[in-house]
Parts: sequence; structure tokens; C-alpha cells
Amino acid sequence: MDMMVSSPTPPKSYLVDPPGLRSWLLTRDHKRIGLMFLAVISASLALGATFALLIRTELTFPGPTIVSTGHIYNRLFTLHGTIMIFLFIIPSMPASLGNFVLPLMLGAKDVAFPRLNLASLYLYVGGLIFFLLVLVLGGVDTGWTFYAPYSTSTAAPVVLAVVGVFILGFSSIFTGINFLVTIHTMRPPGMGWFRMPLFLWALYGTAIIQVLATPILAITLLLLAVERTVGIGIFDPALGGDPILFQHFFWFYSHPAVYIMILPAMGIVTEVICVFSRKHIFGYKFIAYSSLAIALIGFLVWGHHMFVSGQSPLVGMIFSALTFAVAIPSAIKVFNWLATMYKGSIGLAPPMCFSLMFIALFGIGGLTGLFLGSLVTNVHVHDTAFVVAHFHYTMAGGALMGFLAGLYYWWPKMTGRMYNLAQGQISAVLIFVGFNFTYFPQFIVGSRGMPRRYFDYTRLLDTHPEFTFYQILSTAGGFLFVGGLVMVAFVLLRSLFVGRKAPANPWGAATLEWQCSSPPPHENPPAPANVGDCYVFDDFCFDESAQGYVKVP
Amino acid sequence: MFAALDSIWHVGLPFAQTDGFWLPGAATTDPAMDRVFYLILVICSLLFLLVVGLMTFFLVRYRRLPGRKAEKTATQNILLEATWTVIPVVIVGVIFYQGFVAYMRMQTAPPGCYDLRVSARQWAWQFIYPNGHIDDNLHVPAGEPVRLTMTSEDVIHGLWIPALRVKMDVVPGRYTSVWFRADKPGAYDLLCTEYCGDEHSSMLATVEVQTREDYDAWLKDAANYLKTLPPAEAGKLLYKRRGCAQCHSTDGTAGTGPSFLGIFGKSQKMADGRSVIIDDNYIRESILEPQAKIVAGYQPVMSTYKGLVSDDDITALIEFIKSLSKKSPLRAPTHSVDRGEGQGVGK
Ligand code: HEC
Ligand SMILES: [Cu+2]
Ligand SMILES: [Cu+2]
Repeated sequence: MDMMVSSPTPPKSYLVDPPGLRSWLLTRDHKRIGLMFLAVISASLALGATFALLIRTELTFPGPTIVSTGHIYNRLFTLHGTIMIFLFIIPSMPASLGNFVLPLMLGAKDVAFPRLNLASLYLYVGGLIFFLLVLVLGGVDTGWTFYAPYSTSTAAPVVLAVVGVFILGFSSIFTGINFLVTIHTMRPPGMGWFRMPLFLWALYGTAIIQVLATPILAITLLLLAVERTVGIGIFDPALGGDPILFQHFFWFYSHPAVYIMILPAMGIVTEVICVFSRKHIFGYKFIAYSSLAIALIGFLVWGHHMFVSGQSPLVGMIFSALTFAVAIPSAIKVFNWLATMYKGSIGLAPPMCFSLMFIALFGIGGLTGLFLGSLVTNVHVHDTAFVVAHFHYTMAGGALMGFLAGLYYWWPKMTGRMYNLAQGQISAVLIFVGFNFTYFPQFIVGSRGMPRRYFDYTRLLDTHPEFTFYQILSTAGGFLFVGGLVMVAFVLLRSLFVGRKAPANPWGAATLEWQCSSPPPHENPPAPANVGDCYVFDDFCFDESAQGYVKVP
Repeated sequence: MFAALDSIWHVGLPFAQTDGFWLPGAATTDPAMDRVFYLILVICSLLFLLVVGLMTFFLVRYRRLPGRKAEKTATQNILLEATWTVIPVVIVGVIFYQGFVAYMRMQTAPPGCYDLRVSARQWAWQFIYPNGHIDDNLHVPAGEPVRLTMTSEDVIHGLWIPALRVKMDVVPGRYTSVWFRADKPGAYDLLCTEYCGDEHSSMLATVEVQTREDYDAWLKDAANYLKTLPPAEAGKLLYKRRGCAQCHSTDGTAGTGPSFLGIFGKSQKMADGRSVIIDDNYIRESILEPQAKIVAGYQPVMSTYKGLVSDDDITALIEFIKSLSKKSPLRAPTHSVDRGEGQGVGK
């Protein structure tokens, strides 16, 4: 990190001020913490993606392809799922991008509890270490869902993994608390709730879920660990426990958790679409309230994961109805985004490419959710590759695309370097094509008879000889998709060495983080006395000499 | 109101009747699920085209060109917001209603169902017929409502018959049930959809839909194999049908459990350090109380077959394992199995 700062203006960038490794490791600066989070979660993403490719390669052909037994394959998909969910998606946007941007957007000095923020980073690293330990010890084979009584009876080191998730949960809670308090107490005078950038509304909704739902997961996993170590019967019927209870507890967290993953992405997309369409956001209040609505209704739909678990039909009916209710706020957001683009002046820089990809892919993810929310169709496609496709369209097509949009969007601010835009666009195309080839075939095989978490589909081929063809497509797509991700890393890292210096405001955005230098100085600049509307772009003109936008009074 | 909703039902009909357009061919003539599925598919596709179509249109029409600026438009419009809130609400309302009605039909078994019991375990299905016969495949009479009452011996499994559109988890310590009416005779896949461990993907069975006469004839025959086959042969069948094959090989390779090849009469090392000679009684105990002695190097994952094997079954299994040892056993069995012991259930 020994770059730049050839700028003639005095304040040194936060990257070098204060200098030294020690100052990084003990920093309380949210910008540095955000950047370090970005580094560790990217490493987790790389690990998770490696497992994904192993899974895909294994499934290309029926029968054992690269691993010899289900015993190993089951570890691959479990590690892929747990790493991607707990180590990547959940912390991805709040802890890295959110951490970096939130105080800057408010013109605040830092988050409310900087030490807690640092603790959250170290807890994350602690959780990561537990996962690496699990990996070294041969991995776990419960699936990321840890369903009892399988998880209480398998020989794999489940307790270690569960403790890892427990620790990561606290990391997430700390981030949530910080964001809630910061947004409540540190908005500058003149920035009422409805003057906030919508990304902050999204983070606010996310933080509510992080703080309220994560403790449920923590206590559930603790109970699981107690059952395994001491043999108290909570979930295992052989000990007098109830395995369905585990599923209720687990999904009571894990459904809201999908909104921890998707809400920040929606927030990023909202910002990006306005800036790159040069248009004021359409329906500000509806987007803001829909974030809250998603966060709150999201707590009431967990039973839709359990329609075939033996839960009563009446309960199933209620959960089905509530599930459809939670679809509405997402639809509202999409329509408001489209209305924002109407008559705009739409530029297709990489952040916008990924935001539009978000709309298309999350659109498919959300719409296929209708099959899962509806009771009778859920019965058929539950626990099949159809579900795998559905949640990858929402989580990878939604959350990951949002994350990449945000990464491309704020990268110049975080590092002070511009990347090559054309290369960024190529990475978007690779990812888009690869993504659809990977997951669309899984909708088809899933509804035709391919269960999820399936090592070997040889015996299904008598009735479905077409499966191999779709699996080959899917694997080829998977490699293209990951190739696109590698290209993203290449484009961004390359910019650190050969990229030109980023202007303060390369995209012409009106939110406060763009009004200070890129990268920002150690001390966040205070908010101007009169915080205006952050979606009015009239005053920003492209300045050839600065290669960025400047404010014309 | 409801009549209108019901007519929407028919949107999916043309697809539901084209076998295999998206869903696999059905074994029933009343695929209620299919209509709802295709209805949603139509709605989804239209909505997707609308959103992506608009997006693409805006992208092209309003792309950034030198000299053209974004136009100012309204930033809020309650009427528009109401429109795109209410219309989706109506759409999901219809889908919910259709899905719910069809689901209730699927849940409510008609009176007079033909009842079968299902017992699942790692990693085998066992279908228990009214006459006590236990089979690893599901045979059902065509055209009659059949109800499966299911439970698991170990972890959670999930029973899925794609051709019949039914799925239900099979949970240890409680009973769940599904019912269906299969109209078209033939063989269909039955698989496990709830992840259950190493061999999850080999936990399959076949659903044989047979005419009533064929079914009755099969059932009568099937129940008789113990009497008609020599014990070792019957034991071999049981070995396959009761799922022993999932964990125990007959060729010497260790699986989840030790191989049966040549073990009879040998001395086996236990996890607690003791050694045991594998004889009739040890095998019997291994089947009925697998946790009593754990073979060194293996996990205690075998669950008991108490209630699922009769004494005759056990004898046949023992004979089968014996037949896998080339040399004759070193020792004769020390005493014969006493039917009065009360351990095995039998009938
Ligand atoms: C879920 C896998 C599984 C299934 C199914 C299973 N077993 Fe086992 N079995 C094991 C394991 C693991 C062991 C070794 C640990 C132990 O002793 O419990 C074992 C041990 C045994 C032993 C002792 C073998 C020795 O070398 O000492 C016998 C005999 C046996 N099983 C018979 C059967 C029979 C008969 C069936 C079918 C009716 C069956 N098992 C089904 C997993 C299984
Ligand atoms: Cu959910
Ligand atoms: Cu299974």
C-alpha cells in the first residue's frame, strides 16, 4: 500500500497516514477497516469459488468425475455453502463497502463505535481461522444448513464449524449495531431521514436484521454444540429432541439473512442507477420504506423452507401468503429503478453494467421465487436443483452483482486509482454469459427430477438421458463465470499499478463521499453546512482537465 | 370472484397436457401441480419480458450521447406507485390462491386409501406391505388412491416421486404421510431429496405402477421368497432389499461398514479393544443391536433393524454371510436362535 499521494494539496490519504503496519492493524479508521474487510472477504470469495468449481467439475459427468465418493463431494458443497454465506455474502457489502462509505456519506468522523468496528474485523478473522481448521481436519458434511439429527450424528468436526459461525455471527452483530447507532445519531444537521442516500436506508434495514436475527442463529448453533458434546436431547429424537424445532430456529435466522445479503445490494444499485442515468431517483420514499418493509416482513416467512417438513398445512398456508407479501417491496424497487432510467442519459460504465445485470438476474431469481412460494409447486421443486438455481440467481445474481457494482463504483474512492473501463465492461459480459449458462440449466434439470446435494446422477439417466447435456453446459458456464471474476480482480488490481489517478468525483455523484479527495484523507471532511439533495446532478459538469466531475456553482 | 380465479387455472392447461415440455411426464391424469406450475411460468415470463424489455429499451433510447442531457421528469407519482403495487399484489394473490387450492387437494387423502408403510434409513427405502412383506421398491395398484405413512430410522430423508409430483420429508421419531393416485402403469423414479449423508445420491427406488391383478399376483409371490428360495439365496435378496448393500460390500472393499467377504468365523477387533469371533449370534446382535459392539475403525452409524427383520430373515442373512466365506466356519454355532427370546419381532 505504498502508492500515490503526489497530490499537491496537503492532507495525506488515509492509506499512508498514519504510516506503518502497526497503525493498520490497530486502526480505528472505518476506511481502513473497510479495506481490510474487503481483502479478507475477497480471499473467502476465492476459496468459495474454488469449491464451486470443484463441485461443478464433479457434476459434469455422471458417476465419479474428480472425487471418488459422495463422502468427499458432500464436504465440497458444505464448505462451498458455509464459506460463501457466512464468510463472503453476509459481511461482503455491509462490512467492507458499507463500512468505508457510511460515515463518509454522512460527513461523520467515523462510525459510532470505532473499537467495536475493529473488534468485528478480528472476530471475522477468528471465525475464518475456525473454518480453516475445519478444512484441515477434513471438512464438515452437513450442508450449510446443519440439519439435525444428521449434524448431531455425523463424525465430522461439526462443533468447530458451528463455533466458527457463532463467532462470525458476533462480527455481523457488531457491524449492525454500529450502523444503527451511527445512522441514528451522527447524521449531519440538515440531513433528515428522508435526505439520506438510499444506500444508507438499505444498510439500516440490513442492520436491523443483523442485530435481531443473528442471536437466534448463535443460540441455535450453541444448542447444537451442547447436544453433540454433552448429549442433551434438544433436536435429536433419539434423545427425546425435535428435529423440526431445529429447522424453525435455523430458518428464523436464515431467511432474514438472505435480506442481509440482498438489501445492501439493492441500495448500491439504487445509487448507481441514479448517478449513471443522471436522473433524480424516482419514488425516494417508496424505495426507502420498501427496504424497511423487506427487513420486517422478512422475519415472518421462514416457514416457506419447511412446506414438506411435516409442518401443518394451515401453517404452510400462512407462510405461503406472507412469502408472497415480501415479494411486493422488491417489485416496487425494480419499477422505481426503471422509472428513474426513463429519459435519463444512461452511461454504461462497469458499475452500471453490473447494476443492470442485477435487475435482470435478480429478476429471474425473484420471479422463480413464485414457484417456491406457491404451496403446490413448492412441493415438487423443493430440495432440487431448481432451488439451487433460484437462490444462486438471487444470491450470486443479486448480492454478488450488487457487490461488484459497488466495488467498481467506489474503487476509485477507496484506492485513488481509475481502472480501465472497457476491461471492466468485458468482465461484466463474461460474468453475465457465464452466470446464465451455469444456473439456467439447473432450473430445467431441477424441475425434471434432479435433487440438490447429489453426488451421482447416473441412476437418473435411464429416465432423463438429457441431464448430462445440461450438466456439461452448467460446468462450462461455471468456468466462464469464475473467469469473469478473475478478470474483475485483474482489472482492479492492475489499476493499482498502471491506473491513472482518480479524480475526486469520477462518476458525477452528489453524495458526500465524492466531495472529498480520492482517496480521502485520514480525517473525514465534515459535512457542508447545507446538505442538499443527494440526487440532483445538475451542478456537476464533466471537466476534461480533471477527467472527472466538478461542481459548478 | 372465485369463478374468475378458477378460469385463470386454465392458462396452464395447454402446457400441462404437452407431456414433458418443461416438467417430466406425469404418472397421473390429474396433474394439478402442473397447471399451477405452467400458470406461474407464463406469468413469470411475461413479467420478465416486461422488465428487461423496458430496461433494454431505455438503455438504447436514452443512451448517453454527446450533447444530450437527461430530461427532468417527475420524481414521484403516487398513481404510478399505486399501480405497480396493486397489480403485483393481484398477481401474487392469484398465484397464492391457485397454489393453495391445489395443495389442499394434494394434502387431503380421500377415504378408503390403500395404506402402505415406508421406513427410510441410511441409505435405503423399505416399503412395508399389508401382508407384512418388506420390499426395496414401491409397488402400487394403478388407479387407486394410495397413502404412504412414513418414518425414518436415523436421520431425516425426503421421499420424492417426480412423476407423481409428491414430496414429503421422512422424519425420525414421527410419522408423515403422502397420498397419490397413479393412473399410468409403468416404472417411475423414487428418490431421496433430503440430504442424509455419504450415499444420499444412491438412495433410490422404483415405483412400479401395476394393474390390480398384476399387483396382487406380485405381492403374493414376493412374500413367499423366504419359503421358496434356499436360505443363502433368500439372504442375498434381503441383503440387497434391506439396504445392507449400501454399507457392506461382498467383495472385500470397506464401505461405510466392513465388507462381508470371508468374515464368518474370523476374529474381529472392536473399538474398545476386545476381539470377537464372528458367529451366528454376533451377526444376530449386529443386526438387532448394532451399537452393542462397534467394529474398530468404523463409525456407529448402523441403526437397528429391530422390527424390520423377522427371525427367518436373520437366519437367511446369516446363511448368506456364511456363504461368502470360502472355507467352512472354524466353529459350529454355539447355540441355535431361540424364537422365544423376544428380541426379534418376527410375525
Ligand atoms: C448405514 C450403513 C449400514 C447399513 C445400512 C447396515 N450396516 Fe451393518 N454395519 C455398519 C457399520 C458402520 C458397521 C461397523 C460398526 C458397528 O459395528 O456398528 C456395521 C457392522 C455390521 C456387522 C458386524 C460386521 C463385522 O465385521 O464385525 C454386521 C454383521 C452387520 N453390520 C450386518 C448388517 C446387515 C445384515 C445389514 C442389513 C440388514 C446391515 N448391516 C446394514 C453400517 C451399516
Ligand atoms: Cu426463505
Ligand atoms: Cu437422502
